[in-house]
Amino acid sequence: MTDLSIQEASEIAHNYRVIRDKRKRRAAITKHLFLAICSLIMVYPLIWMIVSSVKPDNEIFGNISLWPSEFIWQNYPDGWNGLFLSFTVFYKNSIIVTVLAVIGNTLSCSFAAYAFARLEFKGKNIFFALMMMTLMIPYHVVLIPQYLLFLKIGWVNTFLPLIVPRFLAGDAFFIFLMVQFFRQLPRDLDEAAMIDGCSPFKIYWAVIMPLSLPALATTAIFTFIWTWEDFLGPLIYLNDIRDYTVPLALRNFISQDSVSMFGQLFAMSILSIVPIFVFFIFFQKFIIRGIATSGLK
Amino acid sequence: MKKFFAKNGPGYFFLIPWFIGFFCLALGPILYSLYLSFTKYNIFKPPKWIGLENYEFMFLYDDRFWKSLEVTFSYVFMSVPGKLIFALAVAMLLDKGMRAIGFYRALFYLPSILGGSIAVAILWKQLFEYNGVINSLLAKIGIEGPYWLNDPNYSLYTLVMLGMWQFGSPMLIFIAGLRAIPRELYEAAEIDAASKWKQFYAITVPLLAPVIFFNLVLQMIDAFKTFSSAFIISGGAGAPLDSLNFITVYLYNEAFAFYRMGYASSLAWILMLIIAVFTGVAFFSSRYWVHYENERD
Repeated sequence: MTDLSIQEASEIAHNYRVIRDKRKRRAAITKHLFLAICSLIMVYPLIWMIVSSVKPDNEIFGNISLWPSEFIWQNYPDGWNGLFLSFTVFYKNSIIVTVLAVIGNTLSCSFAAYAFARLEFKGKNIFFALMMMTLMIPYHVVLIPQYLLFLKIGWVNTFLPLIVPRFLAGDAFFIFLMVQFFRQLPRDLDEAAMIDGCSPFKIYWAVIMPLSLPALATTAIFTFIWTWEDFLGPLIYLNDIRDYTVPLALRNFISQDSVSMFGQLFAMSILSIVPIFVFFIFFQKFIIRGIATSGLK
Repeated sequence: MKKFFAKNGPGYFFLIPWFIGFFCLALGPILYSLYLSFTKYNIFKPPKWIGLENYEFMFLYDDRFWKSLEVTFSYVFMSVPGKLIFALAVAMLLDKGMRAIGFYRALFYLPSILGGSIAVAILWKQLFEYNGVINSLLAKIGIEGPYWLNDPNYSLYTLVMLGMWQFGSPMLIFIAGLRAIPRELYEAAEIDAASKWKQFYAITVPLLAPVIFFNLVLQMIDAFKTFSSAFIISGGAGAPLDSLNFITVYLYNEAFAFYRMGYASSLAWILMLIIAVFTGVAFFSSRYWVHYENERD
């Protein structure tokens, strides 16, 4: 038997700890390296698009370098005025549609959610079930009849088909999200307000709404992003270039087939996603929480 | 009567927008779409009842329909598993308490939030041009890349890759799911000297099954509905040789390029049935492989 002195034992323990820490650190570094490479691959296309937007056209293809030989900032103003109309018009259209859609969706969904979460009425369970069933219907099934309806009442070639449905609580997903949220708020608040003589509308507006900002914000943010990116709706309902939203204008850019405008095309593509990117930076917390807790897209 | 309204009035009042939306933009259109699918209708003349002829033609004679099913299913079966595997792998790497986790999470999610935009579809199209970046990169390692977008054997892969690139939202849901698994289980397994692989399939997979299931259903439904990116990358017509003629793209062109509203409606109903069947199968099969926390013992 060899007896270890205390000194020897502590030395062995120390060496063991050093080796273990070293191994751990090496594992962590490997992981970070791996993740860094992965993220580089992930964002490479986006970076390439940004760089291409200031490259001379003959350097865009067949060239993987991320540094242009000269910076053509002129692509931005040229692209902005590159179509029959300037992008000022398309941006204005997109902003009108998006802002109204956000207001409409947030208000109408919270209206319906308040009824389902807080009020008692006949047929509530049936209506709730019907509402949930609309979640599963693909948009493509209602697309044609909706188009025919809007055609009949003369709304095609106006923004109305893109805005009015938003005021009619068509997004069951957000209603459901808000119902869940409203249910967590203490009932005592409603009751106290009722005793003070508040009407149901007053309770909705002065008690429930101010306490539900996170749910309202999630709804507003996702409605913003989806409406801004929406392509199918504008594609069907807007035929006059003066009414085009930004995605439709971009599509016009590529169908023009003039090969010499790729720099401008990318410049406008980037400008088209800037609002989404800004939203993402500022509201990341809401977006990530919204997805993690409810499976939003 | 007065009493009925005093009791139920407020609830119905708050549901007015939803009622209008439900009947005019959901239920009505669905039923009308079903009716149209049994008719021949070109907008200019009133619909003409032709019974099952649309469906008969579709199943017996329409090769483009079968091709569109093949394309759509191939896309779903390739992109969804790929996406989920990526999402889970990255989610597992992003451990709790890791340094810079917020940064990585945001970076990996970025393509998903921008991915629905036309800008990204345009970018993707340029990346896969014959003299584009992808082929330049392949040339660096001595591979001659194909004509991705003009060769029907390869065109679908560009869209599959675009789908997989957007693994952000299932990743966020997986991260939330992984956090809910008790740490002690892994510690106990560690003590029993279970390998990492064993820990993965004996602890992670079974406890994550509900989340995997949730992601699977959500992503599948989403993939069946893919439209904008396929539309842009295929130049609007599902080219080359219908290899990108997703059922949604086919439906759009039948309805809004050729004004065959009746036939397009029957396509829409087939799409809805496919989604319903797959959702149903997923729910039914989930009994055998998904076990929820609270039903054990």
